[in-house]
Amino acid sequence: MGRFALDLAHMLAGGMVLVSFMLLYQNRMFGLLNVFALHAVVLSASVAWQAHVQAAPHLYVTAAIALLLKAIVIPVALRRMVIRLGIHRSIETVGGIGLTMLMGIALVALSMMVMLQAAAEADPLAREDVALALSVILLGLLMMVTRYNAVSQIVGFMSLENGLILAAAGAKGMPLVVEISVAFSVLVAFIVIGVFLFRIRERFDSVDTHALDDYREGRQ
Amino acid sequence: MPVSVALWSVAVLIVVALATPILLRRSAAATPVVYGVAAVVALVLFATAVAALLGGTDISGEVVLPLGLPWVGAHFRIDPLSAFFLLVIDLGAAAASLYALGYGAHEEHPERVLPFYPAFLAGMNLVILAADAFSFLVSWEFMSLASWALVMAHHHEPENRRAGYVYLVMASFGTLMLLLAFGLMAGADGVYGFAEMRHRVHAEWLPGLVLVLALLGAGSKAGLVPLHVWLPLAHPAAPSHVSALMSGVMTKVAVYGFVRIVFDLVGDPAWWWGALVMALGALTAVLGVLHAILERDLKRLLAYSTVENIGIVFIGLGLALAFRTNEMAGPAALAVTAALFHALNHSLFKGLMFFGAGAVLGATGERDIEKLGGLIHRLPVTAVMMLGGAMAISALPPLNGFVSEWMLFQAILLSPDLPQWALKFMVPAVGAALAFSAALAGACFVRAYGVAFLGRPRSPAAAKAGEVDGFSRVAMGLLLALCLLAGIVPGLVIDALSSVAVLVVGHDMPPQPLFPSLSIVPVSESRSSYSGMLVFVFILSSSAIAAWAIHRFASRTLRRAPAWDCGFPDASPMTQYAADSFAMPIRRVFGPVAFRSHIERRMPPPGDPAPAELKVVKHDLSWEILYAPIAGRVSRLGERLNTLQFLSIRSYLTLVFAALVGLLVVVAIWA
Repeated sequence: MGRFALDLAHMLAGGMVLVSFMLLYQNRMFGLLNVFALHAVVLSASVAWQAHVQAAPHLYVTAAIALLLKAIVIPVALRRMVIRLGIHRSIETVGGIGLTMLMGIALVALSMMVMLQAAAEADPLAREDVALALSVILLGLLMMVTRYNAVSQIVGFMSLENGLILAAAGAKGMPLVVEISVAFSVLVAFIVIGVFLFRIRERFDSVDTHALDDYREGRQ
Repeated sequence: MPVSVALWSVAVLIVVALATPILLRRSAAATPVVYGVAAVVALVLFATAVAALLGGTDISGEVVLPLGLPWVGAHFRIDPLSAFFLLVIDLGAAAASLYALGYGAHEEHPERVLPFYPAFLAGMNLVILAADAFSFLVSWEFMSLASWALVMAHHHEPENRRAGYVYLVMASFGTLMLLLAFGLMAGADGVYGFAEMRHRVHAEWLPGLVLVLALLGAGSKAGLVPLHVWLPLAHPAAPSHVSALMSGVMTKVAVYGFVRIVFDLVGDPAWWWGALVMALGALTAVLGVLHAILERDLKRLLAYSTVENIGIVFIGLGLALAFRTNEMAGPAALAVTAALFHALNHSLFKGLMFFGAGAVLGATGERDIEKLGGLIHRLPVTAVMMLGGAMAISALPPLNGFVSEWMLFQAILLSPDLPQWALKFMVPAVGAALAFSAALAGACFVRAYGVAFLGRPRSPAAAKAGEVDGFSRVAMGLLLALCLLAGIVPGLVIDALSSVAVLVVGHDMPPQPLFPSLSIVPVSESRSSYSGMLVFVFILSSSAIAAWAIHRFASRTLRRAPAWDCGFPDASPMTQYAADSFAMPIRRVFGPVAFRSHIERRMPPPGDPAPAELKVVKHDLSWEILYAPIAGRVSRLGERLNTLQFLSIRSYLTLVFAALVGLLVVVAIWA
């Protein structure tokens, strides 16, 4: 059981890292949203497996929340938003996929180095889980940095949150409250950013954040 | 328990501070109520401190309040060291509150002064009472901010706004340095309580660094050169009773902070500590008094004199450190007692002098001594008080200033027993600097008093001045009486300081014999002794006899005749000896070195009826060498960083991301 549990947990967490890489090179809106839904599904599976391994039933709730909100509600809502904004046909240019992927690989290596050293004495299950979670967080940040479109930045932000939940689930004894609050914070951020998007759009006829910068420079 | 009494008193002060705005709106009697309550509370605190100091070490208990850091709490306690400084502070505070009952009535904007005054007193008391690093720093910053608000009370004058700005920057810098010092002492596991901090074992390099940080932090508040630049700007800018508190009392809080950190908390000193502290003290004393003697603004002159006196206190502390390193407990006790005694004395006579300056300012509206003169006829009581204060601050026997400086010299004379050659050579040089500054301080106050109070009025304002109110006179009289008392029976003070000396250097001075003749014997009878009482009786009797003899034999035969008119034939008061003329020889000798001063003469060409001009150009070197370049660099850097305000959202995200990755790389490499 022990060896297998570890391996499967690894595989699922590693799967999240892999899906994060997939997020990085998506250059179409719908493709991005689909991959994000996949990201949430893998997260949900990983948390559920953790719940089983740790015999912590409350983690099933977290897994269910992740599946329901992040794999279904949010992608559907974002898809609608994209259609309403009329940007579903637009192809986002991701500046230099090769370079971005290389940076992502370096980030994963960095997080492995940091966590495996810093938590050398910790339980291997938790340790490697946290190391992979850190990779997911860093990849999410990288995505936010390399995209211009506000919708992609939201997706990057939420994949970052997924990484946080992965880390929280991997650490034993983390109370449920934390995860629920994280989930709600994501929801709130999603709503806020959604409203914000419409505002930008009303005002500038575009969801490209460049428009916002142009506006501010005009005010100087 | 004394500490609970003290904390309740502080609570009363804070409540008064909070209630003052309401009081100001509802009633016209806010000023007397606030100052009256402050005076009573300060007296209660003073009595508590006296009881705690004389009660010895067994009275101290610790009070832990559930404030501040959640796992630490706020610790408060009174030990002999804090009891002594509590005494100094609340004596000064009581006198200042009494004085303000009269002086504060003339305040144009009481709402800018009244709420902050009790808050300032509360802050100073809390610093002394605090027994953990967190409460200490919070109280320290609270005290700084309350006093900053008081400095800004008259913010319509641009000069005061600049003073407030410089003060705020320096105060923040000082707090930062203290924060670092406490952080180093608390270590990685965060031991904040003083009781536990005392027993920590530190790395080799750490105590020296803590000393430097304490010198920067407490020294910037106390006014050590070159950190003194804010002091002559900020102290005079506040209303006079607050100036008295800032100069006489708040600098003592800084001295307390230094003594607490360096003597009590950080552990055994190295021999160079004493040398460093002494050198800074000597520099401060000399430069402070040189500035003071050339100053024309009465309140700023007093502020510079504060810088000088702080230098004297630090010389004593440095000497005590040097003796303590070499396990010479007796001399260390003498030096530290002299330093603390001088701190007490300075709070007494500097308070008195600022009250007098406030009285002169209130009566004439002038701070420039060149526009005063002849005030001894208009303000006879104030003039007598100021004369007493000037004598005390110039260290003339039988007043208190003499006793502490004399004791300091006694300690300096013991320096040949020190084993380090560097100290053997250095201490006499420091002693010479001390003697030099004492002499110049005398000249400085002869100049200030002579020009302001003697002669004839140099301006209509000075000619029409009237005596100040009763409260002010009583407050000044009280401080003068205490100066005299501490000068005549210094043994009482020295004995009261013995428990402090035990705490600070582990030894105390021998008990001083009250009889016969109230003399003090710092080292041994064969070496030296001083009796303030004898000197007092001698001065009193000899001057009485001289006065009697002159009046009996000389006055009666005097006839008034205009002949050469005593060398004073011109009636214009501008022909009198001026303050600048008095200071000229000293400026000639020391000015080119200390201030790079020179004289610019402008002679009109022949035939031009314009007047010739003579201007003295003086530079404040510490400002020009140290502060101006730093300020310039900071503002240039600030301008360059301004572009950070106008980046895109993505660039900010990139910056956050880069910082995170950078930190992770550091962690990876570190581990």
